[in-house]
Amino acid sequence: MNSGQLLLIAILLSSFIPGIIIFCLPEEKHRLRTRLNLCGSILKIALILVMNAGIYYGHVYEIRIPLIPGVELLLNGDPLSALFATLSSVLWLLTTIYAVGYLEGSPNRSHFFGYFSLCVTVTIGIALAGNLVTFLLFYEMLTLTTYPLVIHRGTEKSLRAGRNYLIYAFSGGAVFLVAVVWLQAVVGPVDFSAAGFSPSYLDSHGPVLTIIFVLLIIGVGVKAALVPLHGWLPQAMVAPAPVSALLHAVAVVKAGAFGIIRIVLDVYGAQNLLLLGVLPLLAAVATVTIFYGSIRALQQDDLKRRLAYSTISQVSYIALGMSMVDQPLAVIGGLIHLVHQGLMKITLFFCAGNLAETLGIHRISEMSGVARRMPLTMAAFSIGALGMIGIPPTVGFVSKWYLGLGGLAGGNWWLLLVLVVSSLLNAWYFLPILTSAWFGKQKGEWPEEMYIGRYETSLMLLVPPLVTAFIVLAAGLVANAQISPLAWVRFIVRGYGL
Amino acid sequence: MIFHVDSASWIIAPVILPLIAGLLCFLFNRKIFIIALAAALANFLVVCFLIWQLLNFGPMRSYIGGWQPPLGITLRTDGPALLMLLMTAITGLGVTLYARGYFSHRISDPVRAFRHQRQQRYFWPLWMLLLTGLNGLFLSGDIFNLYVTLELIGISAASLAALSGKPASQRASFRYLLISLLGSLTYLLGIVFLYRTCGVLDLTLLRNLAGNESGMGAALALLSVGLLLKTALVPLHFWLPPAHANALAPVSVILSALVVKASFYLLFRFWFELFAPIVTMPALNFMGTLGAIAILWGAIQAMRQHRLKLMVAYSTVSQLGYLFVAFPLSRITEGAEVWSIVIFMALTHACAKSAMFMAAGSVYLHLGHDRIKDLGGVRASLPVTVFAYGIAGVSLMGLPPSGAFIAKWMLLSSSFASSQWWWVLVIMTGSLLAMIYVFRVMSQFFVIPEGDVLDTPEPLSPLLEWPALILALISLFLGLFAPWPLHILSQGSTGLALIFPGALP
Repeated sequence: MNSGQLLLIAILLSSFIPGIIIFCLPEEKHRLRTRLNLCGSILKIALILVMNAGIYYGHVYEIRIPLIPGVELLLNGDPLSALFATLSSVLWLLTTIYAVGYLEGSPNRSHFFGYFSLCVTVTIGIALAGNLVTFLLFYEMLTLTTYPLVIHRGTEKSLRAGRNYLIYAFSGGAVFLVAVVWLQAVVGPVDFSAAGFSPSYLDSHGPVLTIIFVLLIIGVGVKAALVPLHGWLPQAMVAPAPVSALLHAVAVVKAGAFGIIRIVLDVYGAQNLLLLGVLPLLAAVATVTIFYGSIRALQQDDLKRRLAYSTISQVSYIALGMSMVDQPLAVIGGLIHLVHQGLMKITLFFCAGNLAETLGIHRISEMSGVARRMPLTMAAFSIGALGMIGIPPTVGFVSKWYLGLGGLAGGNWWLLLVLVVSSLLNAWYFLPILTSAWFGKQKGEWPEEMYIGRYETSLMLLVPPLVTAFIVLAAGLVANAQISPLAWVRFIVRGYGL
Repeated sequence: MIFHVDSASWIIAPVILPLIAGLLCFLFNRKIFIIALAAALANFLVVCFLIWQLLNFGPMRSYIGGWQPPLGITLRTDGPALLMLLMTAITGLGVTLYARGYFSHRISDPVRAFRHQRQQRYFWPLWMLLLTGLNGLFLSGDIFNLYVTLELIGISAASLAALSGKPASQRASFRYLLISLLGSLTYLLGIVFLYRTCGVLDLTLLRNLAGNESGMGAALALLSVGLLLKTALVPLHFWLPPAHANALAPVSVILSALVVKASFYLLFRFWFELFAPIVTMPALNFMGTLGAIAILWGAIQAMRQHRLKLMVAYSTVSQLGYLFVAFPLSRITEGAEVWSIVIFMALTHACAKSAMFMAAGSVYLHLGHDRIKDLGGVRASLPVTVFAYGIAGVSLMGLPPSGAFIAKWMLLSSSFASSQWWWVLVIMTGSLLAMIYVFRVMSQFFVIPEGDVLDTPEPLSPLLEWPALILALISLFLGLFAPWPLHILSQGSTGLALIFPGALP
């Protein structure tokens, strides 16, 4: 076993082992638990950065475990997995800090943090998966590890949400499994590193491969919340705020979107998809999802539900970028949105959680004048919201800029229209929140005001959104620097020879 | 050290050891558990030794008392037989530990405590006899000897099922006994047919004759009906849920995980080895269709149950269906692969179902009932058990990396390779239904009950919780170790061809 393989295993274990220990710890040992969590997540980030450097300089990180003839588990660190792994591990650190502050004093915390750690292990597994079987393995595990988090509160409502989540996610998983087996029966095992199977299969099995592509996209589309497979996401809002952050920004929805990227770029490959002619279908689904999510977001008064529909809409930019896989700029736009959407959405969810935890505010109509009570939280929220609308210099602008450029380069004028209309819709559902929060007058008492800590709320709740909001601004400002998410995405796209 | 493949007399150890232990359990009053545990452990070690031997020296056989067939009793090892033995040894060890925990659980009610004591007296010897029967069945090389072991299994299993002493369980176990006897009789009739046509009872000799003789179809049909009754394939499953659900928890584990597998194993050997030349595609499709109905019917019934143990029992009905769906898909796969589908399914199901019944039994001891809608709060009080239940459920659903996932992968890929896509639908629907019945219970565990938690009953012994978790983990991670069973299987089949030339299908 060489050092690269050890590194991959260490990356997975750095959250798995703390998770297992946390399960065994008694409930009251919260200091030790927090320390374990933080050490694990910082170690994980460090290890992933080491791997990133190695990948940049062309090292190979690969573990193969054969199961049965034709089926093997394959972990493989490539630039794309580095992107997702880095995003997840950094956001996991912040979410952990946030969750420690958020769940202070609530029951069953050892279970919560145990599953939390397992969940990020599985997410990193998805990032490192080197073929569809491995991806499937971690994809199903992700459902299992997030389910206890969704139903953590044990109320009737959360159980119902959990049940729906399971039905959606496992149905998607089942479709995905069928598609994977079928694909293997047609073209044999496909490693992601091959960047697409041989085009010679298209002549003999064209229609079958089209069906398989649709099935694969349905399989991952459930987690990516593509319309009409999005039903579970708004319901899952009953979960605690750190879990929502996890679902929307770090793990679940991202895993779905990442799956779409893998299928388009690595399983089928740009060439094959153009020949099959299925990309307009993906573009259509993505566009419908973008509009549908935004329009439904407009109708919500519950803050977290509005954010949930906004996620449905925003994640589809990634699918939209992938649907123009022949345009490198559009691919850059889609890939970079994976990172940017995560940063912005996690900021918004942290802030929503702060409002709920500190003031008991759950509805947008209750938010009038809240910025005077919690200026820092609302500042972070505003940066996130402006990013979602796509206002420079936030990262949201960078995503939309590249998507637009890609659309223009390919002569797809309709894409520009989609972007403009969707940005207008985003503005329509975010700006009223901002104006009423900053300029509105407080109406009566806050629903359940609590005074936690010296600042507007507990420091552990306040710092994570401020950090992510800062990154939203900073990554947008330095997008063109040598070391930035955008630079890495360019590196990825160069690797595909686009 | 060279073993002669024809005189490996220690093959008899897995049969003799539990038999002796069973007799000792009858004789002694104290320390019964130690005897049983020693036998279970020794059995496990012997099986490991036999596997090691198989890997290094190939399949073995032994003629008891030196009598050669067609007169004598033959025992033989090959890949599938040893894997079934291993399955029995591992779950058997788990059950032995669990039963110890179960019977030594303190019950405050003196009547129930006394009953527990009495049940324990009968449980250990019967369980050892059953183990003898199971091991004998997997090792036997002639068809009459198989009948004897089947009877042994049937009678000791029915007596075990009656142990709990409740009226419901007595009714169920009496019905179980009758069905078991009916199955054995039908099987015996099949043997008579076979003996009339061929004049031999040794499996190897029969195999060589099977293709040539007429009237084998009738024999196969009789043997199959007898074994299907015992395996509880839909529509012959009606006796299983009440018998399994009303038995004592360790007994439910044994019945569900091991006993039904024994008759299935025999059936499978008949269809794919002994009678392979005369088995037709319509017959295979018929079995597959019954299997498909079993998957769906069992799962739907499991979803509708109000009691945890009944739910788990119906899940057995459903899971057995997968074993039969492998039948029609066998024609396009090679010999070893159809074995591996069945073996992975059986191994996973044995471990996972044991874990699930153990968890259900612990919950029953803990709460005093197993009504699904009142399971709230168990997660906080029995975290290990709930974890074991969840992991076992995940394995039953066939999620990766469980052994059932490997089996389902092979089933799916052979369906695609032979363009029989309808099996894909059945298999995936079955998995989704399994998800619903597993998590219907799981979510109840997570309910945080209102008001006070129940007045903290006696904490459960670790013996009640950990065997379940370990078995569940084995079933979940079996897929990752898939090359090992495959290796053992492939040893068996090549070896068979060497020893019994020209006999393999």
